[in-house]
This record gives sequence, structure tokens and C-alpha cells, in this order.
Amino acid sequence: MEISLLTAVVLVLAAVGFLSGRSRALATAAGGARNLRSLPGHYGYYVAVWCGAPALLLILLWSFFQGTIVESLLVAGLPDVQGLSEAELGLLVNDIRNLASGNIVSKEIDPEMRAAADRYGSLRTMAFGALAVLSLALAIGGGALARGRVSPRFAARERVERAVGVFLIVSSTIAIFTTVGIVLSLLFEALRFFNLIPFTDFLFGLEWSPQTALRADQVGSTGAFGAVPLFTGTFLITLIAMAVAAPIGLLSAIYLSEYAPGRFRGAVKPLLEILAGIPTVVYGFFAALTVAPFFRELGEDLGLDVSSESALAAGVVMGVMIIPFVSSLSDDVINAVPQSLRDGAYGLGATRSETIKQIVLPAALPGIVGSIILAVSRAIGETMIVVMAAGLAANLTANPLESVTTVTVQIVTLLVGDQEFDSPKTLAAFALGLVMFCVTLSLNFIALRVVQRYREQYD
Amino acid sequence: MIDMTRPEREPGAISKTVADRLKRRHAAERRFRLYGIGAIAAAMAILLTLFVTIVGSAYTAFVQTHVKLEVFFDPRKIDPEGTNSAEAIRGGDFGGIVKASLRNRFPEATGRRDKRHLYDIVSTGAAFDLRTMVLENPDLIGATRDLWLVAGDDVDMLVKGKMPRDVPETDRRLNDRQIAWVDALSADGDVEMRFNTRFFTAGDSREPELAGILGAAVGSFYTMLVTLVLAFPLGVATAVYLEEFAPKNRWTAVIEININNLAAVPSIVFGLLGLAVFLNVAGLPRSAPVVGGMVLALMTLPTIIIASRAALKAVPPSIREAALGMGASRIQTTFHHVAPLAMPGILSGTIIGMAQALGETAPLLMIGMVAFIVDIPGGPFDAATVLPVQVFLWADSPERAFTERTSAAIVVLLFFLVIMNAGAVLLRKKFERRW
Repeated sequence: MEISLLTAVVLVLAAVGFLSGRSRALATAAGGARNLRSLPGHYGYYVAVWCGAPALLLILLWSFFQGTIVESLLVAGLPDVQGLSEAELGLLVNDIRNLASGNIVSKEIDPEMRAAADRYGSLRTMAFGALAVLSLALAIGGGALARGRVSPRFAARERVERAVGVFLIVSSTIAIFTTVGIVLSLLFEALRFFNLIPFTDFLFGLEWSPQTALRADQVGSTGAFGAVPLFTGTFLITLIAMAVAAPIGLLSAIYLSEYAPGRFRGAVKPLLEILAGIPTVVYGFFAALTVAPFFRELGEDLGLDVSSESALAAGVVMGVMIIPFVSSLSDDVINAVPQSLRDGAYGLGATRSETIKQIVLPAALPGIVGSIILAVSRAIGETMIVVMAAGLAANLTANPLESVTTVTVQIVTLLVGDQEFDSPKTLAAFALGLVMFCVTLSLNFIALRVVQRYREQYD
Repeated sequence: MIDMTRPEREPGAISKTVADRLKRRHAAERRFRLYGIGAIAAAMAILLTLFVTIVGSAYTAFVQTHVKLEVFFDPRKIDPEGTNSAEAIRGGDFGGIVKASLRNRFPEATGRRDKRHLYDIVSTGAAFDLRTMVLENPDLIGATRDLWLVAGDDVDMLVKGKMPRDVPETDRRLNDRQIAWVDALSADGDVEMRFNTRFFTAGDSREPELAGILGAAVGSFYTMLVTLVLAFPLGVATAVYLEEFAPKNRWTAVIEININNLAAVPSIVFGLLGLAVFLNVAGLPRSAPVVGGMVLALMTLPTIIIASRAALKAVPPSIREAALGMGASRIQTTFHHVAPLAMPGILSGTIIGMAQALGETAPLLMIGMVAFIVDIPGGPFDAATVLPVQVFLWADSPERAFTERTSAAIVVLLFFLVIMNAGAVLLRKKFERRW
């Protein structure tokens, strides 16, 4: 909150800089704005940029690194931390932090901790004070310096435009940084996981039970991290989803693009797209509240034993969500098939459906395959529906009536709630995330290649 | 001379085999067409079922059962010292007052267990309501009023007909005596449905009848604010750079591939990124809308960039040439002429991206926005939750009364989404120029 106030102050300073730069430019130009090399506003922007940009950058970097630096200073100042493990240390630091901000603490407060908390508080205040002084000095100093350079012959426009250009280039690299950030964070944590659990055990193990014992002497689970049941579960649910989405999506795309009159198409297409706009948590609720009980009762009537968190319910609802992905992409591809091909087929006496089945669909096949692959990648990464409607038990089964779990469900269950970053349980989530990232990325890549490679060139 | 004669047949007639085949072919044609209609009908039917179930279970959550009781504001319980100060009133035993009113009404409840069951009829929130009333108007102390108090969630379910009466007593949340009491109250006209204002003005609660969505809505607002502030300038700047300034080289190709890849990355992976980078490396607060907004901004960026590029591409080159010809610099051309013309498309793309972000749940679970938070967040650094996560949390709660509240929260969420999407469509239809 204090940081936002500081940011606001810097922004106000920049606005003041703009006004003062402009008025100074006008004042120094004898005979009005026409004698200035750039527009008066450019001088204002020049001062504002020098006033605001360095200070804001400093605030940004500072707030990013302040937490870690203050913490390491705090740990360095603690009296007896050598004997503590990383987890205990983390807990201690957490307690001190909570104590300083007046929250509930996990154990009794001893004077040592109280002192540490006070020190933490004063460190934070000091850090913020230093930041405030530095950034304000930077803003005022930068602004004053820039203002001093304002003169009628000064090329303010070129400089401002260069700054804008730099901003544009920097923004465009955010996408790269994001990708790098995703890859690095997943890879880093996953490697820590593979240090604890061998890579092959993870990828080929048949048993998944991440519950590790809290105490060494506790009975039961020691944790097994064989991800095969998760992969098969994901595969099963994706298969069910595609069994729903592919025919419905493809057939409706064909009908809309080949048969439907314009008004019908105009009305139905947005309705189909609504399916893609509904938040996935709504589908999850729908699956758990309506669809799963429906399948369960249906199964009871037929004498089948359907689990209340069956793969079928989650898969079908996920399929419904994916219908628009298949249909709108296929629709585009089918529309891109040139009319002359259809006319040729009609000329030979083919009916419409024969034309579609024997001419249009083969011509559009690469695009349709691409759209289905994209839909599969969407289904693999989908989280909320399976979290709410699929189970937690990692069953290695191909029976859609049983409960299975998926990669995304496990990531969520492993990471929601309190975490400690040295247990394989938490790190496993990142390993799963890495696998999923790689799979969806390669699916997208394949889809793109299929579309590009096998697209027939007409006209 | 070639013999042109063919088998004798009437002119215009066709052979039986051909006629049969034609019939089959036409039947296949009709079948195929039916498949198409069937597929569309199936999709529409599912959509309709979805909306009917959600809205059908939601509308009852907008009213709340209230019970009329004669409440005596006992001075001994509110303010035993007689100081009349706000502090003393705040510490007053208002729960005891509600309980006394219930005992007055049903003196036949004597045993301990009986009394406890009796107290379940009125929500624990009623005591807070009384406290607020007395704080606003201290003259009430010592007075006796007929007041409508919030009923407990089980009574609410019973009155709304969502709790079956004909099952064995052990399978119900209310026993026979409680039901008899409620029936006695409603026979006297002392049970009434009133508009559930609390649902729109309160934060989350463990008690369904006291839970509201304002906390989540405010959390969503701050999150969206952060997302917009980050994603809009960055997205538009990227699109402008790639469309107007970037040279066509390997570097820009890498950027473009990256953007397209990010658009296809599962949203939960962004949550993992936020957890590893924003929380663990940068040490930003857990559960805070800032972090949620940052994660969602990264997720929304590709949508905004792709839409903005399309909008910029649609502006004809003649505009740029005219501006450059008049002596404008390239930056001036872009920001004074091209970008304003592309703005409707850019804005509608942004709104669609924001609507996606508003409905997103999974990445926010990763960064701890699933905490149970009663207070209404006061800023983007406070712990908060958002609407879709609230839906998730309530959907997980075992109380029957939370089901209708979940649906009601979904209705509210869908309402915002519909408004945003309609705004985007309107913006495009009304202001976008076709060249």
C-alpha cells in the first residue's frame, strides 16, 4: 500500500515535470512556440520521462527484491540458526513476520522472537524509507536535470520518440521473458524433485500416493511418485471429451458452413461460442451437481456401478466445453475450401453430402486434424472441471465409470494450502507441470505443422 | 453410319437401378443433414440445461427466510453497568437476547438439548444485527420490539422446500420438534421471505445464511484493475511494435512464436509461474490481488496482442502515408492517426481478454487466493478471493444451503461476463470502421 502511494507521488511529480518542461520551453523561446525545434509538449514529455521513468524502475526493482534481501538480513542477525534445517528456519522466519504484522503465531512468543520481530519491522521501515528517499531524489533530480537542458535548439522530440521506441521494444520482449520464466521455474523446481525421486520412477512408476509421512515414525505411506496413473487418467478423460466434442463440433461446423441459411448461421454461431465463454468453474459445478448424479442414476437403472466422481461425467462436460474450439476452427477451414471444388462435384452429379464427404472434407482434413489436436491440448490443460468433478484417487483403469485423477487435479491438490518447498510432495507438482507444458506445447507445434505442411494450395 | 439406337425406353424415364440408387443417395443426404441438425440441437440442449439448472437453483438464494420474534432489549444483558457507552454495547450479550426471545415464544422447550435445537431456528448472525441496531439507536435498550430475524440455514432450506420432510428424522438436519416449531411460526404468519440483501453486502462466512459475495466481487475488481493496468499498455505496445515498427527478422519471428505459444499454454502453468517467481523469488504477499492480477495479465497478454494486431492491420496504409506525407514522424503517425482508428478493435479485444481473466480460477488457486477471507479487501495488497474462486469454495462446502448460493454467485459472475461481452460486441459494431 505504501508502495502504491510512493508510485502515485512519483506520477504526480512526472506530471508536474511535464508542465514545467513545457512552460520553460515556451519561456525560453523568444517569439513563441514557432521558434522551438520541437513542439512544446515534447519538452514537457522529455522532462516527465526523466522524472518518472528512473524512479518508477527503481521502485519496481526494489519491491521485487526487498522481500528476499530483508529476510536474509533478518536471518543473518538471528542468534542461533546454524542448527536449524531449512524448513524450521522458514517456519521461524514466517513466525517472526507474522508477529511483526500482528498476526497469529504458531508457537509461544519468547523475548528473542519479539526482538527479532521488532528488528524485522525496523528493517522493513528502513528499507521503505531508503526507497522513498532514493526514488524521490531520483525523480526530482532527473526532472531538474532534464529541465535544465530544455532550450529552443534542443531536439526533444527525437529523444522522447526514442524513449517511446525503447518502451515498445521492451514490452514486446515480455512474451519471451514469460516463456523463459515458465520454463526456468518449472525446470528448476522439477530438477530439485528429480534429485529426490529418480526420473524413471516418476515417468514409469505405476503407483501414485504423494502423502509423505509427517513424522519419521508414522505408519503408512512413504510417498510414491509414479505418474503413470495420472497420465492414463488424463488420457481417459481427454478421450471421452474428444468423443463428445469431435463429432458434435465437426458436424455442427459442417452444417453451419454448408447447409445453414445465413440467418440461422448468424444466430447459432454466437450461441455455440457462448459455450467457450462460460467460466470453467461453472462447468465444474454443473458436472458435479447435475451430470455426475445423472450418470450415477442412469448407471443404477442399468445395473452398473458408476462412481459418483466418474471419469465419464468429467469427460462429457469437458467435451461440451471444447465443442466451440473444434467447431469454429473447422468452420474456418471448411469455408476456406474454394467453391470451384464444390461446383465441380455438383457438375458431376454428386449430392451435397457426397460433395462434402468426398471433396470438401478431404480438402479440409489437415485443418480439421489441426483443430482437433488443438482441442486435445486444451482438454489436457483444463483444470477446474476435473478438480470439481473427477476424483483424487489415482486408479490405473480404463473404465470410464470409475473415478480417475488427472495431472491438473494433482497439481492443484498438491499446491493448494500450505507448502514447504523442500518436500517432494510440493515439488512433484512442478514436475507434473513441466510434463504438461511440454506435451501441450508439442501438440500445438504438431497441429501447426500439420496445418502448414498438408494444406493444399488452391488458386 | 453409327447406330445410335439405345434400348427402348420412354423419353425422360430412368432405369430402376438408377432410381433405387438415387433414392438411397437422397436418403443418405437427408440423414447427413439430420446429423448436422442433431449435433447443433445437442449442443444447444446442453447449453439450455446448463442455464436452466444454474438459474433454477440460484433464484431462491436471492430471498432469505426471516422469522418474526418479540425481542426484549434487556438492559442487564446489553449493558449491565448502565454506562450506555458504545464500547459496553459492543460487548453486550445479544446472543442471549435472541435466545431469550425464542424461549419466550416456545416455553415448552426445557431440556438442554431441546433448547439448543430451539436456538438453531435463528441464525447466529441475528445477534450481530441486533447489536448494529442498538449501536445506531441506544434508546432501544429496555424496549420490546417485534423484529424480523434471519433464520438459520436449515430452517431456510425447510421453508424453501429444499429439505424433504418425509424422510426418517435421523436423515434430516432438523428434527421433528424443530419442524413443528417452524410450522407453528409460519401458521402465525411469523415466517417471511425477504430479499437477501446480505448476499450482496457481506463477505464470506461459514454460515450459509450470512455469506455474501461482496468480498469476492471487490477482490475480483482489484485483480481486474491490476490486470488491466499491466496488460493493456504492454499488450498494445507489443502489438504496435510488431505491426508498425518491427523489422521482419529472426528476432521478431521469435517474439511472434512466443506469443502464439503463450496463448496455448494451460492456465494452470501460469499459476505455477506465479507461485515460483512472484511468491517464492520476489516474496510478494500470498492471496493478494496484485499477484493474481500479474498472473492473469501474463495470461491475457496474448489475447490482447493478437486482437490489437488485427485491429492495427485493418487500418489502411493510405492513412499512414498521408500522415507521413504531411511531415508527421513515425511515432506521431502511429499514435495520432493509426492507433486511434484501431482503438475500437483494440478495446473490444481487451474486454474479451478481461472477461476471460474474470472467469479464470485455476492459476489463482496456485497463488493462494483460495483462502477463507471474511473481510472485504481494502486494496490490491490485502488478502482476497475472487468470484470464480468463491464459486469453487462454496461448491465444495457440504451445507445444502451453499448449493443455491453457489448458483447465485455463478449468476452474478455470468451477469458481469455477459455485460463485458455485450460491451465488446457493441463497441465493435458501433465504432469500428470498415474501409
